[in-house]
Amino acid sequence: MRPPGLLAALIVFGAIGLLETACQTGLLQHSVVLPPSEIAASLWNILQSGAFNRAIFLTLSNIFITAALAIFFGFVVGVLLHSVSYLRAGLEPFLASYYAIPTFIFYPVFIVLFGVGSASIIAISVLLAIVAMITATLSGLDRIPIVLRKTAKVMRLNTLETAVSILLPSALPYLVTGARLAIAYAFIGVIASEFILSGQGVGYAISYAYNNFDNQTMYGLILLIILIVVGTNMLLDAFDRRQPTQTARNR
Amino acid sequence: MRNLGPPLIFLVLLLLGWDVLHLQIANGSISSPREAGARLVALMSGARFWADVGETGFAFVIACLLSIMFGVLIGVGLGLSRLATEAFEPILVTFYSLPKVILYPLVLLAFGLGASAKIAFGVMHGLVPMALLTRNAIAEIKPVYLRSANVMQLDGFATLRLVLLPAVLPELVGGMRIAFSLSLLGVLIGEMFAAKRGLGFAAMNAMGLGDINTILAIGLFLGTFSVLANVMMLSVERSLRHVHSNSVTQAA
Amino acid sequence: MDDVSHQVSARETGEQAIIAKLSGVTRDYPAARGAKPLHALGPIDLELKQGEFFSVVGPSGCGKSTLLDILTGLSPPTAGTATFEGKRIHGVPDGVGVVFQEDATFPWLDVEANLSFGLKQLQLSARERQDRVEQALRIMGLVGFRSAFPAQLSGGMRQRVCIARTLVTQPRLIVLDEPFGSLDQQTRLLMGDELLRIWRETGATVFFITHSIDEAVMLSDRVGVMSARPGTFIDMLETGWAQKRDSRNVADPHFGKLTGQIWGKLRGEALRQMQLQNDVAL
Repeated sequence: MRPPGLLAALIVFGAIGLLETACQTGLLQHSVVLPPSEIAASLWNILQSGAFNRAIFLTLSNIFITAALAIFFGFVVGVLLHSVSYLRAGLEPFLASYYAIPTFIFYPVFIVLFGVGSASIIAISVLLAIVAMITATLSGLDRIPIVLRKTAKVMRLNTLETAVSILLPSALPYLVTGARLAIAYAFIGVIASEFILSGQGVGYAISYAYNNFDNQTMYGLILLIILIVVGTNMLLDAFDRRQPTQTARNR
Repeated sequence: MRNLGPPLIFLVLLLLGWDVLHLQIANGSISSPREAGARLVALMSGARFWADVGETGFAFVIACLLSIMFGVLIGVGLGLSRLATEAFEPILVTFYSLPKVILYPLVLLAFGLGASAKIAFGVMHGLVPMALLTRNAIAEIKPVYLRSANVMQLDGFATLRLVLLPAVLPELVGGMRIAFSLSLLGVLIGEMFAAKRGLGFAAMNAMGLGDINTILAIGLFLGTFSVLANVMMLSVERSLRHVHSNSVTQAA
Repeated sequence: MDDVSHQVSARETGEQAIIAKLSGVTRDYPAARGAKPLHALGPIDLELKQGEFFSVVGPSGCGKSTLLDILTGLSPPTAGTATFEGKRIHGVPDGVGVVFQEDATFPWLDVEANLSFGLKQLQLSARERQDRVEQALRIMGLVGFRSAFPAQLSGGMRQRVCIARTLVTQPRLIVLDEPFGSLDQQTRLLMGDELLRIWRETGATVFFITHSIDEAVMLSDRVGVMSARPGTFIDMLETGWAQKRDSRNVADPHFGKLTGQIWGKLRGEALRQMQLQNDVAL
């Protein structure tokens, strides 16, 4: 049995090797694509010099706040919609088509409401991330087997005990999936907002470097983002695997 | 749709909330639904708006078709081979959770400014979910369907056409719905900072001018379009499933 | 008051005491959107004797599970009264354990934690708690699986976990709703033997719902036969088995006679129920 992800990692390293050769042999022009080794060196310099430390910190803390808000309020809204079926019937068609609307275009509205800066970016990104959490909470609650609710009654648990020790653990796999999606969307929302709209953060730094033909910085920062996303994913994967196996369960 | 009442009431509440925002919180600097509606009507009577819609629509249709086509192909490939799944699924999942805007410089390098870059950007958003959903649909085909096809002595093509395709069709339509939404999003984002035409550019332009009224009008247009399209696709999906509800219960 | 005098009189006459009693119990479902009101069950009269093994057979859809819900206090009857140990049933009474047809193990807990979860509500010392869990693990043959998670177990093993989780509370009435419904025939027979052994060892009263005539006859002291919807008892048979019995009694000619007798009563009802369900579907 191969460890999970080994094959994928080999492919990625192979691709990096190919790119490196293509660059070093002059197949790809240096003015267009930097060889991976140079990108890595550039990232190292960026981190060592600390020139972007403030931008990186700002972006990451905005992502963290966004993810936390989206997960919390997404869960609360999901529970609310699940318990009031009329609300749910009203909202569901909109939830389904939500992702086709580029939330970013409403940035000016948020600037009026929250002012220029992090608050507006966080608001937009929460709006992007929260729907994934709402949807996941709904499907998690939908899939709690009726027999478990009955079991709670037989064990004479009260409402709070039932929610905490039966309903929540039963829906947890779905909630974890929703939280992971919300985190992914928090990354996408914050960095895209910075890139497109604002004058702050890593997203903006990439856009700025691109406009000034500063390939070193641009590629270095792109690599940084990719590494952070991959690292976050691996961390969450490891956390996922520590959960007891809940799959392979007949309905 | 089974029940239009609740969504319509929600819509009315949404408009009311917007109006309250207009009146109270922002001192009128956010235009009212009526103003935005009037602006949209004004936009829609001009040729420029429809040129933008055409521009965006063209790129979107191509991006959506490419996402679905290649998404299904990749999904089938993954679905048929465990090895391919093991090798490529983690890469696709990571790519899906990446903020794809940061790759925009690379897309511009490869495609240059213009329609092809927007399309590429749309495909980057729509392709991966289509592929992953197709893979899941294939993985969940019951083996007994294939064995039944064998017993009925269907050849490979007939099995594909008469058994496999109908079996995965509802899931595929679900995937197409997501690919539809996300490739539209990709194209619009692409237009926002690397185009001189299209609805994304028009919105970005209005943003630069601080013209909230136009932004809200464009948002209204896009929102209406995608909600209607999604509701249609959802009802197709439901009718393909041939059941009234998800749970056909059997009373003991 | 009522139950005290009742128990005394039972003891005086040398009869078995009554542990649970249903009188005139019915269940109607009100008219929902697009559906007519439904008379689903009853009237049912039943006296469960202390320590007996009682089974209910009936066509599927006849209201067996509704009967279970009423007896265990999971939902109230529309009319009539249900009592357990002389007290009106409101909610699940103390001393009643239920094993459902569906897998009710908690997938996020291992086997041992699943069992001790059942004891959460009881005020027990840690020592007593551990003793009861160990005992239930031993009785159900789960000692080697104490730290396995349900997803790692077969359907039969998971159902053992559910039975063990009920046993730890030491119920005086064990109610089972087709607990072996999803198991294969041989596993069913063996699980039936285990259930008989537990019944003898604990002295609990067992109320067993099944659609299998064989299973009802093989296990029970008394079998209640239910009609098509609205379900009522159309027959009540004493099997006359000795207390110490097991699945090998299927080879007894008496077994064939009893099952034949029940099927004779049930066949028409099953046909009628099938007709009812087709009417609903079309």
